[in-house]
Amino acid sequence: MSQWKKGNDQAGLLAPARPAERLQVWEALNIAHDRVLAEDDAVFVMGEDVGLFGGSYRVTQGLYAKYGAWRVRDTPISENSFTGLGVGAALVGGRPVIELMTVNFALLAMDAIINMAAKMRYMSGGALRVPLVVRTPGGVARQLAAQHSQRLEHLFMNVPGLRVATPATPQDAYWQLRQAVRDDDPILLLEHELLYFREGAFDPEAEAPPMHAARVRREGGHFTLIAYSRMVEVALEAAEELAAEGIEAEVIDLRSLRPIDLVTLQDSVTKTHRALVVEEDCRFGGAGAEIAAALNERSFFELEAPVARVAGADVPTPYNGALEAASIPRPGDVAEAVREWMVG
Amino acid sequence: MRRDLARQFLYDMLLARRFELRAAEEYAQGNIAGFLHLYPGEEAVAVGSLRAADPGDYVVSTYREHVHALVRGTPLGSVMAELFGRTGGCSGGYGGSMHLFDVERRFLGGYAIVGETFPVAAGVGYWLAMNGEPDVVLCYFGDGAVNQGTFHETLNMVALWDLPVVFLCENNHYQIGTEVHRHSAVSHVHRRTGGYGIEAHWVDGMDVRAVHEATRDALRHVREGNGPVLLECETYRYRGHSMADPAAYRSALEVNELRARDPLLTFREWAEGEGWVSATESAELDQAAERAVEEAVAFAAESPPPRDLHAGVHVRPLDLYGGRP
Repeated sequence: MSQWKKGNDQAGLLAPARPAERLQVWEALNIAHDRVLAEDDAVFVMGEDVGLFGGSYRVTQGLYAKYGAWRVRDTPISENSFTGLGVGAALVGGRPVIELMTVNFALLAMDAIINMAAKMRYMSGGALRVPLVVRTPGGVARQLAAQHSQRLEHLFMNVPGLRVATPATPQDAYWQLRQAVRDDDPILLLEHELLYFREGAFDPEAEAPPMHAARVRREGGHFTLIAYSRMVEVALEAAEELAAEGIEAEVIDLRSLRPIDLVTLQDSVTKTHRALVVEEDCRFGGAGAEIAAALNERSFFELEAPVARVAGADVPTPYNGALEAASIPRPGDVAEAVREWMVG
Repeated sequence: MRRDLARQFLYDMLLARRFELRAAEEYAQGNIAGFLHLYPGEEAVAVGSLRAADPGDYVVSTYREHVHALVRGTPLGSVMAELFGRTGGCSGGYGGSMHLFDVERRFLGGYAIVGETFPVAAGVGYWLAMNGEPDVVLCYFGDGAVNQGTFHETLNMVALWDLPVVFLCENNHYQIGTEVHRHSAVSHVHRRTGGYGIEAHWVDGMDVRAVHEATRDALRHVREGNGPVLLECETYRYRGHSMADPAAYRSALEVNELRARDPLLTFREWAEGEGWVSATESAELDQAAERAVEEAVAFAAESPPPRDLHAGVHVRPLDLYGGRP
């Protein structure tokens, strides 16, 4: 049984058992930044518009005035080089937090992230450490069209040496950023543009679960829905829809895509015997493929049906609003897929 | 010129030459595998520049970096053992020829993607400037690297934030097999920094004294807070790009012309002529270099290969499926 599965969901966004302060995701990240900058002089934040402007999503608001230009640095539009600069500083004692304005622009920094940050510890025989944090918003937002609306987690999940976290709540955003900054290895935080202004319970003093531990957001005995980032909301809405029909879905927020907390997923499947992965990214070669394959390998004899997937359509994101909505999973799509697999 | 420095230059270049030629032999015998990019012809650049640096300065190098590591003081045996892929190597056998690192001597690689060195150097420089440290970063790169976006992106940032970096271009005329005038609209690298307001100079990269003097001045300039400097050291590599390259794209005439200006021979001739080193001393230094390389090979050959695929250096947690720390 997963250590974090039971009775640890108080700080979750969607079902706070204990009334706590409520904040939006961007505010939680802002507080996390403030704390890490205050606690450790080696921390500095760097990215396009993170300073004077305060960040496209207000995440670094106020920090430039408080910590000055060397600690909160506006950069030119040179993603690969300022991310690589972060790698260089990390090698000699710095703890940089690099913000890439969107995951679409992170593609320009892939050399720094994949060829450098993720490999330097290994290829130096352990002599070098790269305590680099890269934060980047992504996902399908609101009619931003193909070059500004992507989910690229599959690209980063396949990189040895890298860890990938996907906070979906203010509490997780706060915890995972702080954990990432403390860690001596490179960590990528994939945030979601539509979640920054979501509100949820927030307790800065609450004890954090391990960074990669999945959390059960809703308990249920009939079906396991596995989701991450904004798809947790979608899965929870689908679960409500299904509950009205007597199907109780357990909703798991994966929180981390590399590594994945398979133990928690297995525990849930042992109870429900059916599972479905909900992902915003394209289905082909995506996160869902890894999760489904791993569950099939480890929980085959617990499963009454193959692990299913509901995913984004394999198309570049369309601009048109109705088409855009149809390109990513909606609660109805998830509920329908569950009904299909509940038959028999 | 001081006598001890003259002897140092001579010994460093002899050692570098012998080390690289021996590496080629070991490669031919199968003791070294993969890509092996050698340095003969370019010795004056590494020796002249690194002998001008302080121990506190950082060095960021490229994939053709054995000699930078040697001159920086990384034990010869650990460089050779790294080429052999052994545990005694400076990267434990996990990096190989293109990924040498020596944290103790502030030697930071070892990058096999052309152009990666620039942002790393900027990052080290950022850290030094942010903390008010007096040290400087020496950033090495070839003429082929200057057409990467990172070159221009980095020059912009180091100039903008006044970071303590000396850029050392080893213009050896070739980007693998493409000659500089065929890959760069402006083949004089030092003329390409004007747009960023960075001071830049051309240096005869076949003359160890010229490189030394120019680097000393550049380091002083940077330490005095005048911003970054770029030195274009024009040099030549005698061999192909790597062991896999027979360098058929250039004529024997061209190679022989450049060999006539061999940095090692011209310096030895000069130093002996000036009376800084006697012919006997030159021969002794050469023998000492030969012995050192011999010992390095013996060390490498005796060093055991690494056995652990994960080696405890991989990013934790090793268990990608939920292993909990």
